[in-house]
Amino acid sequence: MSSRTNRWRKTVSLEQINNLNKRFRQLSSNKETLSREDLASIPDLDNNPIRLQIINAFFDKRNLSQSEVGIVQEIGFEEFLMVLTHFQPAAMDITEDNREKLRRTKLRFLFNMHDTDGNGIITLEEYRQAVEELLSKAGTIAPETVKAIADAAMLDVASTTRGKMEPDEFYEGITFEHFLQILKTLDIETTMHVRFLNLDTANMRCGK
Amino acid sequence: MLVGATSHSPTGSRGFMERGFLLLVVLMFLEGTVFPLGAASSPDISAPDGAGGHERNDDHRGIDNYTFPKKAFPVLSLDYGHIQMPFEISLWVLLASLMKLGFHLIPRLSGIVPESCLLIVVGLLVGGLIKLAGEEVPPVLDSKLFFLCLLPPIILDAGYFLPIRPFMENIGTILMFAVIGTLWNAFFVGGLLFAVCQIEGTHLSQVELLPCLLFGSIISAVDPVAVLAVFEEIHINELLHILVFGESLLNDAVTVVLYHLFEEYSGAGEVTLMDAFLGVICFLIVSLGGVAVGAIYGILAAFTSRFTSHTRVIEPLFVFVYSYMAYLSAEMFHLSGIMALIACGAVTRPYVEANISHKSHTTIKYFLKMWSSVSETLIFIFLGVATVAGPHAWNWTFVSVTVILCLVSRVIGVVGLTFIINKFRIVKLTTKDQFIVAYGGLRGAIAFSLGYLLDKDHFPMRTMFLTAIITEIFFTVFVQGMTIKPLVDLLAVKKKQEAKRSINEEIHTQFLDHLLTGIEDICGHYGHHHWKDKLNRFNKKYIKKCLIAGERYKEPQLIAFYHKMEFKQAIELVESGGGVKMPAAMPLQVSMQNIQPKKQPPMAADRALPQFTKNREEEIRKILRSNLQKTRQRLRSYNRHTLVADPYEDGWSEYMLKKQRMIELEKKMTQMSNYLTVPAAPSDSPTMRRARLASGCDFKAENKGAKVSSDPNAFYTIKAPPGNVPTIQVELASPQSPDSVNLVDEFSKKGGSSQKNTDDRKEEQGRMMKPPSAGKGGKGEEEEEEEEGENKNPGLLRCLSDPGPSNEDEEDEPFLP
Repeated sequence: MSSRTNRWRKTVSLEQINNLNKRFRQLSSNKETLSREDLASIPDLDNNPIRLQIINAFFDKRNLSQSEVGIVQEIGFEEFLMVLTHFQPAAMDITEDNREKLRRTKLRFLFNMHDTDGNGIITLEEYRQAVEELLSKAGTIAPETVKAIADAAMLDVASTTRGKMEPDEFYEGITFEHFLQILKTLDIETTMHVRFLNLDTANMRCGK
Repeated sequence: MLVGATSHSPTGSRGFMERGFLLLVVLMFLEGTVFPLGAASSPDISAPDGAGGHERNDDHRGIDNYTFPKKAFPVLSLDYGHIQMPFEISLWVLLASLMKLGFHLIPRLSGIVPESCLLIVVGLLVGGLIKLAGEEVPPVLDSKLFFLCLLPPIILDAGYFLPIRPFMENIGTILMFAVIGTLWNAFFVGGLLFAVCQIEGTHLSQVELLPCLLFGSIISAVDPVAVLAVFEEIHINELLHILVFGESLLNDAVTVVLYHLFEEYSGAGEVTLMDAFLGVICFLIVSLGGVAVGAIYGILAAFTSRFTSHTRVIEPLFVFVYSYMAYLSAEMFHLSGIMALIACGAVTRPYVEANISHKSHTTIKYFLKMWSSVSETLIFIFLGVATVAGPHAWNWTFVSVTVILCLVSRVIGVVGLTFIINKFRIVKLTTKDQFIVAYGGLRGAIAFSLGYLLDKDHFPMRTMFLTAIITEIFFTVFVQGMTIKPLVDLLAVKKKQEAKRSINEEIHTQFLDHLLTGIEDICGHYGHHHWKDKLNRFNKKYIKKCLIAGERYKEPQLIAFYHKMEFKQAIELVESGGGVKMPAAMPLQVSMQNIQPKKQPPMAADRALPQFTKNREEEIRKILRSNLQKTRQRLRSYNRHTLVADPYEDGWSEYMLKKQRMIELEKKMTQMSNYLTVPAAPSDSPTMRRARLASGCDFKAENKGAKVSSDPNAFYTIKAPPGNVPTIQVELASPQSPDSVNLVDEFSKKGGSSQKNTDDRKEEQGRMMKPPSAGKGGKGEEEEEEEEGENKNPGLLRCLSDPGPSNEDEEDEPFLP
């Protein structure tokens, strides 16, 4: 097991891992690996506007290992857990350093979800795409509105991170550092977590 | 004395103002005033029925005077009793407001001492003055007055602006503190007090257990008014604020139940296990019932606001009245009125906000803030006055034990409860947090009013209780309230970040919500994100559809947020004066072309923009401002039931409508000028001459306009190609924002309106300058016309650049909708 899974183990009991394992097998219909279709068939996800992005995140190599870029077709249980580690709550006695690290990993996960082509920059096109996805379940919305919102957000980023720009300068997109900067008021280390406690597999409704 | 002294002042000022009359009628006047003066100099401050009695007497006298006209008829008479009640209420409110005003003029003082302390001191002084004057101190903090008038505005304000998200995220912790913590405090304080009272030598052995517990339940509840007053000044982080404040709101149900139970039982004497069980049931009914009553009224209010689009002026009233009704209805059944108000405010807000106009929303905001701050000020002043009013029964043991026990029980309660709560919390409460929560447990006027409500016959120790309650309030408000700010600084407790939410945060908050819901679904774990999502969808699908008018219910939160933001920017744009110079506060220093993937060659006008001189900028700004103001004034004539339309008022839909109107207006304008030029008039009749004059001017104005716009250096040519000067800023936010179009539109309209202005002005001048007799020859007339033609030039310029609306402009606009 990788060091990451070991870290995971420290805060999550073996029982919880077992529960997640059961869930994994449920989703993958008892196979060793999980495919996109398995995740896509979870009925609860149907109403989620960012469903595709969530599923993609599970198969994104950047979330599985630090260096590579690309997409895998199937993931094993360990990879499944590794994606879920991003949703661990912060420990109570966390040091400032670790808190900052945690914050960076969590935000990196979010950043990767937006940065679909993996070039380290969220471009305007990608941002527009993200906003469009976000609003996709909200009924009919004029594409201009979506564009306007993404543009306004982008402008906001550009002006907060770059300050005044000359007319012929060009802001190519949000880098990760800028991403950190604009979301510094969002207490990501405390908000981005899911309770894995008390997983009740007996009552878990299977996606099939 | 203050009241008595001021009551004479109106006579003085009035007499001063009408001295001329007074000299003539002074004898009659004196005769007329002697009797009412006598009545007023012994003001019966306390009893409203007394005032009523005066009134009746006065009426009789009035009739007497009327039926015997031979008797000196008082032209000016003094009748204080008639206005006593409202006059004194206004005086109190005025005093409160002035005090609030005064404290903020002394910045150093308000930095050290919280306002609540200062207000109590003012109350003490006022009470002392009244006492010194030998008057009886009025029982100002009467329980009825407090619970029915002073408390509801504060609670409604708190409920309406309750930050729902953090509140719901911490609801478990808040409930724990509010219910278990308050129960613990009540029993701990009550029980130990009883134990202390049993010690020989304290002379308190007559105090029984149940009154002690009753006292404990009164004193144990954290007071929302005091907490708000202090916590708003220390700017503590949102989590701690919502914990303490939420506790102070929700513990009301516990207090109400305990109060009524103990009051009931201390009459009966016996308490059985059954009673305790009934108490629990009672608690559930009181709290949930209160919430239910509030929610029902809240939904009613939201539903009503669906139909108010035609009578915008009374919109805000519905929120206030329905909430007050909720409070009263809950109180009627002895349910928790505070919880009803909170529920009502929290339920109403999202739906009402979607329905009502922007102006009404601002009105609601201001009214709530105004009422609550006045109430708060009055409450603290009254606390001071009531302290002076007494009666007091000071018992060292009882008072000091109370203060100590309150502190101890609070600390034990908070530490013990956080120990349990932290097992379930993700964001644990640190020791610092616990300290602030414990230390922030201020007591306030609710406890006093509850103590005041006690029956003297049932509770012979009522005065001693009241004294102890007041001491405890003073202790918490003064000692804890004053030291909490330095302590917060000392401990480096996280403060609140004062930043407005940016659109990126909004996007990512929502993104995160969906992401977490998705992850929970993938893990097959139905956590609270899952249920929140379900609830949101239910809300969107059914409730919003019923409660929100028109199509707006479909609007997702993000778009609503975006519109709000755009709207705010538009207002800032107007306020900053036309958008040439961007205020530093606005984050729009970058234009669309900076982020557009395909670089477009910047337009020539954009380039030209920075070359403007200061003067020109000023001119453009003035023009924009004046135009906006003019449209505001012009669109609707005054009507008692509608507000004057504001271009930025009711969202974009109305905006577009208005734009349409303006286009029509323009059309009509051109038609009209055509019409005016058509009749070729015989020069003799004055009216015709006037018409001709007007048309002539009109023609000239048109000419002038054409000339000016052809001038390449004139400042409004820059306007002519759409999307230049004022658009820049807005275009950033959204390329097709109606705002930009509108400004241009208005600008083009300006040509028309200024023409019309000139028309009117000419007409007016013509009317005044020319006598109706056509005595002068045609030559003189022509001369005058020429003169006017010369005058016209600056006049036109003034019309363009000066916002100053001439009154005659607004009078005759037959073609305006």
